[in-house]
Amino acid sequence: MRIVAAMSGGVDSSVAAALLAEEGHDVVGLSMQLYDQREGGQQFGSCCTLDDLHDARRVAARLGIPHYIVNFERQFDQQVVSRFVGEYTAARTPIPCVRCNSDLKFTALLERAHGLDAPAVATGHYARVERSADGTYLLKRGVDAAKDQSYFLFGLTQAQLACARFPLGARRKPEVRAYAEARSLPVARKPDSHEICFVPDGDYAAFVARRAPDAVRPGRIVDGAGRTLGRHAGVHRFTVGQRRGLGISGPAPLYVTELDAASGRVTVGPRAALERSTLRAGAVNWIAGRAPSGPLRAAAQIRHRHAAAPARVSVLEDGAAHVEFEEAQPAITPGQAVVFYDGATVLGGGWIEK
Amino acid sequence: MHVYLDHNATTPLDPAVIETTVAVLRGEFGNASSVHTFGQTAKSRLDVARAAVADLIGGRPQEVIFTSGGTEADNLALRGVAEAAGARRQLVASAIEHEAVLNTLKALARRGWTTTLLPVDGRGIVPPETLEAALSPETALVSIMHANNEIGTIQPIAELAAIAHAQGALFHTDAVQSIGKIPVDVERLGVDLLSLSAHKFNGPQGAGALWVRRGRRLVAATTGGGQERRRRAGTENVSAIAGLGAAARIARAKLEAGPGDIAGLRDRLEAGILAGVPGTVVNGDPARRVPNTTNISFDRVEAESLLIALDLEGVAVSTGSACSSGTLEPSHVLRAMGFPPHRTQNSIRFSLGLGNTTEQVDHVVGVMPRVVERLRALSRTGQHVNA
Repeated sequence: MRIVAAMSGGVDSSVAAALLAEEGHDVVGLSMQLYDQREGGQQFGSCCTLDDLHDARRVAARLGIPHYIVNFERQFDQQVVSRFVGEYTAARTPIPCVRCNSDLKFTALLERAHGLDAPAVATGHYARVERSADGTYLLKRGVDAAKDQSYFLFGLTQAQLACARFPLGARRKPEVRAYAEARSLPVARKPDSHEICFVPDGDYAAFVARRAPDAVRPGRIVDGAGRTLGRHAGVHRFTVGQRRGLGISGPAPLYVTELDAASGRVTVGPRAALERSTLRAGAVNWIAGRAPSGPLRAAAQIRHRHAAAPARVSVLEDGAAHVEFEEAQPAITPGQAVVFYDGATVLGGGWIEK
Repeated sequence: MHVYLDHNATTPLDPAVIETTVAVLRGEFGNASSVHTFGQTAKSRLDVARAAVADLIGGRPQEVIFTSGGTEADNLALRGVAEAAGARRQLVASAIEHEAVLNTLKALARRGWTTTLLPVDGRGIVPPETLEAALSPETALVSIMHANNEIGTIQPIAELAAIAHAQGALFHTDAVQSIGKIPVDVERLGVDLLSLSAHKFNGPQGAGALWVRRGRRLVAATTGGGQERRRRAGTENVSAIAGLGAAARIARAKLEAGPGDIAGLRDRLEAGILAGVPGTVVNGDPARRVPNTTNISFDRVEAESLLIALDLEGVAVSTGSACSSGTLEPSHVLRAMGFPPHRTQNSIRFSLGLGNTTEQVDHVVGVMPRVVERLRALSRTGQHVNA
């Protein structure tokens, strides 16, 4: 079968492509060019830069598979970067990787794959897709708990899962590196990327201010009682749970507990004030393709590095969900995703609204 | 079956060219500037090649400056004339020139020269009256390509050169895409400078030439030793230049023998695609174009996808906007012709040449409908194609 391997130039997607090629699939490597890199663009981005595209090409040459660079600048800008900026200016803390998976890799790239007669797209995600007895596709955590990326894939539909291949889902990262070394893949020792790829220096605030200068408005920093403690240069500079960079000092450490875009108010408080036991999520995607008929017990994970916590999930109208944790959770952050698990299986997930 | 239909990008070497080039690489390593026998052997290779190139374009050997290729020849022409032109500070070119000319003009504009780009009509031809209107007593040089790389359209160079001369300006033509495909004669064209590149007509990559009419002033772009009559310093790439000479000799012989069958193959391909794939249209001038090129827009298909799909079928073509880094810049040529964005992003260039056969053309014509239909089936359900 012909399979398109999405090759970012990193070790994970390189090994994913290699494993499929080794299994005898007709693998076609596609690398997405996501930004205009003609002039001085090389410092922009820590993934899918010109150097990374070059690495992907070298890996493909080593594997003896065809490789092409496909241009998704426009889609990336519209689906991922613009939304990212919009979320920050709306006082939410976005996860662009989810959009990149749902709307680029498993929409635009998948469509390209179909055009090339390839029914499936493979990526280097640490996650698993399995098919249950009734034919429903299941999304599961990767076997390597430290690398599991199922959280970023909660937005996939049954149709997308049917076309998704995650060759690394059953592997651990050290094995993947060892595999790359053993096959002399030129990226075997390339460091992992951690930052959001289009903000390599990690300075999201500066990035947002460059992209949406008009949306940047100063405001007040207040305590839980509404008393002004200081001023700030824009809500996009803050995220719930943040402690550093507030520019104010108190007897005990202060954390951002709430952001309000309309008033430009940043509320701070002691660590205890960060704890909440309920949240509301919107645009919930249920992996099975339909919402459960009634409330359910699940482990709810509120950010990538969060140990999923027991909760009761109630389905609301308009595709929303109400989540009630058994124990209060710190820093429930609007804009992040809440993903519901039953053991290793992803039941669904949505965007935290409040 | 592998079918190479991208001869405007580069061409396979003629066997006789390989023979010449390899003979130099194997047995002759002399520096053409050396006095001794080794140097003389190299020098005579250059002499033979220079005569062959001059012969191909109807010029004199002393007027041929060897370069690394078309881009360097264009750079030398534009920069060299601009630097030598004194008070004349305007440079004129067409909007559909190759990047070698367009980006050199941009660089010169940043350094104070005035640059003017002439529009083209819907067939990609520069209307002579627009040149007339753009010229001034300030004009140093007019640079208009002989044949366009994307659509193959041939410009009325003789007429345009006469207009430029009437204003006292020099005329350069980038003939990289016409040399070897149609007869090119510097006297008939009436130009002052002409660029050519070996690998576009079955010669090796890395060799080209700028022809400069005797008496025209040119400031060297590279300085160093006295090679190429002090107009292009640096030890000559003798093996590649010898290959260029061989390619020029072969091209001349072929052109003298008659027009050949390449136009027939191209027309067969074009007609086959137009008949087999609905929603297709040819870009450019159907009459005034080089015989090996056709540029076709495919409705509701992204050229990038079509190119990849065809490559996986063994068919090598290029998009109108060939750009190594994969940017989605729509073709500046089709845009200058006034086409809407969708038509500038869905065009494919088929360029034929040495080695192409009727069987190959028929194979491509047979593959095309299925590949295009598969891509179109997606664009009906998908949302991003040509959105």
